[in-house]
Amino acid sequence: MYWNGFKGDLWKSEINVRDFIQENYSPYVEGASFLAGPTSATTTLSSQVSSLLELERERNGVYDIDRKTISTITSHKPGYINADLEKIVGLQTDAPLKRALFPKCSLPSLEDALEHNGYSLDADIKEIYSKYIKTHNDGVNAVYTPEIRRACESGLITGLPENYGRGRHIGDYRRIALYGVDYLVSQKETEFSLLEPGEMTPEIIQQREELADQIKALKEFRCMCASYGIDVSKPAKNAQEAVQFVYFGILAAAKQQDGVTTSLGRTSTFLDIYIERDLKNNVITETEAQELIDHFLMKLRLFRFLRSPEYNELFSGDPTWITESLGGMGVDGRTLVTKTSFRYLHTLYNLGIGPEPNLTILWSERLPKAWKEYCTKVAIDTSSIQFENDDLMRPEFGDDYAISGCVGALELGKATQYFGARINLPKALLYAINGGRDEKTGIQVTPRFEPITSEYLDFDEVMERFLEIQKWLAGVYVQAVNIIHYMHDKYAYESFQMSLHDLNIKRYETFGIAGLSIAVDSLMAIKNAKVKVIRNSAGIAVDFEISGSYIPFGNSNEATDRTAADLTRTFYQFISKHKMHRNAKPTMSILTITSNIVYGKMTGATPCGRPSDAPFSPGANPMNGRDINGSVASLTSVSEIPYGCACDGISYTFAIAPAALGRETDKRQTNLVSLLDGYFTPTGGQHLNVNVFDKSLLEDAMEHPEMYPHLTIRVSGYAVNFTKLTREQQLDVISRTVNESI
Amino acid sequence: MKKEPITGKIHSFESFGTVDGPGVRFVVFMQGCAFRCLYCHNPDTFDLNHAAYELTPLEVLQKMQKFMPYYKHGGITVSGGEPLLQPQFVKELFRICKAEGIHTAIDTAGCYLGDDVKEALNHTDLVLLDVKCIDPTIHLALTRKPLQPTLDFANYLSEQRIPTWIRYVLVPGFTDSDDLIERHAQFVSGLTNVTKVEILPFHKMGSIKYETLGLEYALKETIPPSEERIENAKNIYRNKGIEVN
Repeated sequence: MYWNGFKGDLWKSEINVRDFIQENYSPYVEGASFLAGPTSATTTLSSQVSSLLELERERNGVYDIDRKTISTITSHKPGYINADLEKIVGLQTDAPLKRALFPKCSLPSLEDALEHNGYSLDADIKEIYSKYIKTHNDGVNAVYTPEIRRACESGLITGLPENYGRGRHIGDYRRIALYGVDYLVSQKETEFSLLEPGEMTPEIIQQREELADQIKALKEFRCMCASYGIDVSKPAKNAQEAVQFVYFGILAAAKQQDGVTTSLGRTSTFLDIYIERDLKNNVITETEAQELIDHFLMKLRLFRFLRSPEYNELFSGDPTWITESLGGMGVDGRTLVTKTSFRYLHTLYNLGIGPEPNLTILWSERLPKAWKEYCTKVAIDTSSIQFENDDLMRPEFGDDYAISGCVGALELGKATQYFGARINLPKALLYAINGGRDEKTGIQVTPRFEPITSEYLDFDEVMERFLEIQKWLAGVYVQAVNIIHYMHDKYAYESFQMSLHDLNIKRYETFGIAGLSIAVDSLMAIKNAKVKVIRNSAGIAVDFEISGSYIPFGNSNEATDRTAADLTRTFYQFISKHKMHRNAKPTMSILTITSNIVYGKMTGATPCGRPSDAPFSPGANPMNGRDINGSVASLTSVSEIPYGCACDGISYTFAIAPAALGRETDKRQTNLVSLLDGYFTPTGGQHLNVNVFDKSLLEDAMEHPEMYPHLTIRVSGYAVNFTKLTREQQLDVISRTVNESI
Repeated sequence: MKKEPITGKIHSFESFGTVDGPGVRFVVFMQGCAFRCLYCHNPDTFDLNHAAYELTPLEVLQKMQKFMPYYKHGGITVSGGEPLLQPQFVKELFRICKAEGIHTAIDTAGCYLGDDVKEALNHTDLVLLDVKCIDPTIHLALTRKPLQPTLDFANYLSEQRIPTWIRYVLVPGFTDSDDLIERHAQFVSGLTNVTKVEILPFHKMGSIKYETLGLEYALKETIPPSEERIENAKNIYRNKGIEVN
């Protein structure tokens, strides 16, 4: 009865969601005219949510905290916004926007977060986690080397998940709806019984312990759902159950872990199969189908984690990265766009604009025309969605991958990532010049070596030392990330998310570079212009004078672009020669999140002419104002960065005034389609954030935030409420907006 | 004797041009212009001898070729400045672009019509022609150049049936009276080749450039036209059956 009308056999004999989708989905190539507006229940709920969000803003961004209860899958009683109206139910705690406690990653960070909000940590919890239970952060601190500590404290390595959930896993939540928990448990039990080899090696023991934890988590999950009066033991019978089960999946993940990202996966085409079946059997109407999706995504918008001020500085605006990947093409050439892909985007009209979930369009030139036009319309209207190159990622990851966290791809249910943030490449370059001493503090961070003492920088001399520094840094960096993930596995294992994976998964360990364009420009300046060093009394290079000229990154200059590609490749090679945690495959991203501001503040003047403390460009973007040949030239430079060395994503954030995109609304859409088609060729760029607004609007929003509660913009890797950014970040965004050309 | 290659004096490039012809375009802003339009927002292109680049047509094409995936529904536009100050360059650039199947457009005030210009037009798919004012006296005051050459140019395009968009900058106090627009529309409706009229509302975004160049900006006090006045202008053309936006 659960699978009535569904075709195919393979997915019935093994866990294989992709096969189920391929056998049963209905590609949709027509337009958006079928979409339905919000129901009165949706409108009522939306306005209740709006008032809650208003209160949250008034309370400095935190509505409420449950200070007594440690969050687990089953820690909280059911919570509702308005139980009578909600078609899809479930909250992280017993009330909307109330944040839960996650002490198992780091006690000091939790205390910091509470104190910042005017509370202190409950005495019992403090005693338990300081006396009896070791946290992930305790583990990390116990084994960090002095070198790692110095590299982190100086800002050479930043943003490591040392004291909060590491995120990046995506449970294949679709499995719950398709198979029901009973079957998932039985599969895990079978796997467990098969894991009885003669030798109990540490690897096998770890795997058995993890499986046992996964089975326990699935059972807890069943209890959590039962507390809402919903039985998830068996497969979903209809669309409402399918949406509900998938939602419960990600909800449980967010109750077990405060991961830095909590991606949803790629659910729209899967759920469309259930919706289509119900529509065909007259079980629901289009309006009801849309209502299910509206209520589902409305819930995702309410996800909250309690974060420390230090975290908020790096990841501004309270993002949760509930990333959902939409569209794309199948390997058989059919589009994976369905009507429900449209329904997901349509929530931005039915619920109003909002930054979460992090809606991501998997783009291919071969996508249906009507879908492309709808996507660009939504991007222009809302500045809330991001685009990624399906034709680039599909050959690497197949056609059932999803974006994990910010911009990197992951095979659903078959792979996971060990998130490792990023290094500050311009700072590394300054260390090469300064003999490994920090240009701001004078502290010797790297092993001691001779600084450069010449008045003018010599390219070969700088390059030789820069490579040495990178080699050293890559070693320290891999050590740190390996330690963090060893300890996460040990003290904060995400058993629920991992229960929705295959037994033998692929693992990626993800590293990253911030400030690539500054490093490139600095090297080009040293090579092609003359760069004079200004040193302070301690002999540290604190400023540079450039005479002559160089062509900066972002102008599609062959030599400059090659330098960017070489730097990326070289650092990746330095990383790759090290041993990874659990034999993971190393990958890299060129991404900053909003930390481009913080990185800027931590970094002295650079040989490219950037003054001390000035912001980095976001992600892989060229430096602001240096790309003088227009956006296509800029994008072309970025697409020269080799994806093979940066499979975790190469982020470009694009902001343009409506008038600069074209004279008329329909032309703006087709011009944006041309831009995306041009960028996302099979060998082209990987990621594009699209922001369309006038500078004057942002300036007004900065002065009158109360008038723009829903104004959303894309920053490197996610969407964010503009008014939740710091003033520095707001100014940075404004300065990057392209107005009409000359 | 080896022939010197033709080079063009170029101010700058815009690789994502969205407002100078159909689709996404590679826009080459040429250096040099004899007009001195009071509202010009590119005063830094006036002087032919201050070019940032001096490149051959082939070098320009090579710059553009990397970006071709973006221009499937667009092409190349030469703008300026006044591109037809350098007709030999435009002719050669467009000739090699056409050989590559690239759509070519030229944004001009149409004040030159020599043999080189005519040859350049043979390789041109679309002309964006500025007819800045239909009244000869106001035209002279506004641009410091006579109107007649532009009218001759327009008539030539019409005879040759070269597809043309007419551009009209709506400047309050100079070109926005109903009478002037009416007469302008009347002239345009007599042409055989015009597929569209674009009304470009006056704006002051170029005023900073005047300060930088130490030039006097004559329209400091002029305010951009209201939505009503823009719509009014558009209706005058629509009433004559001309497509306008």
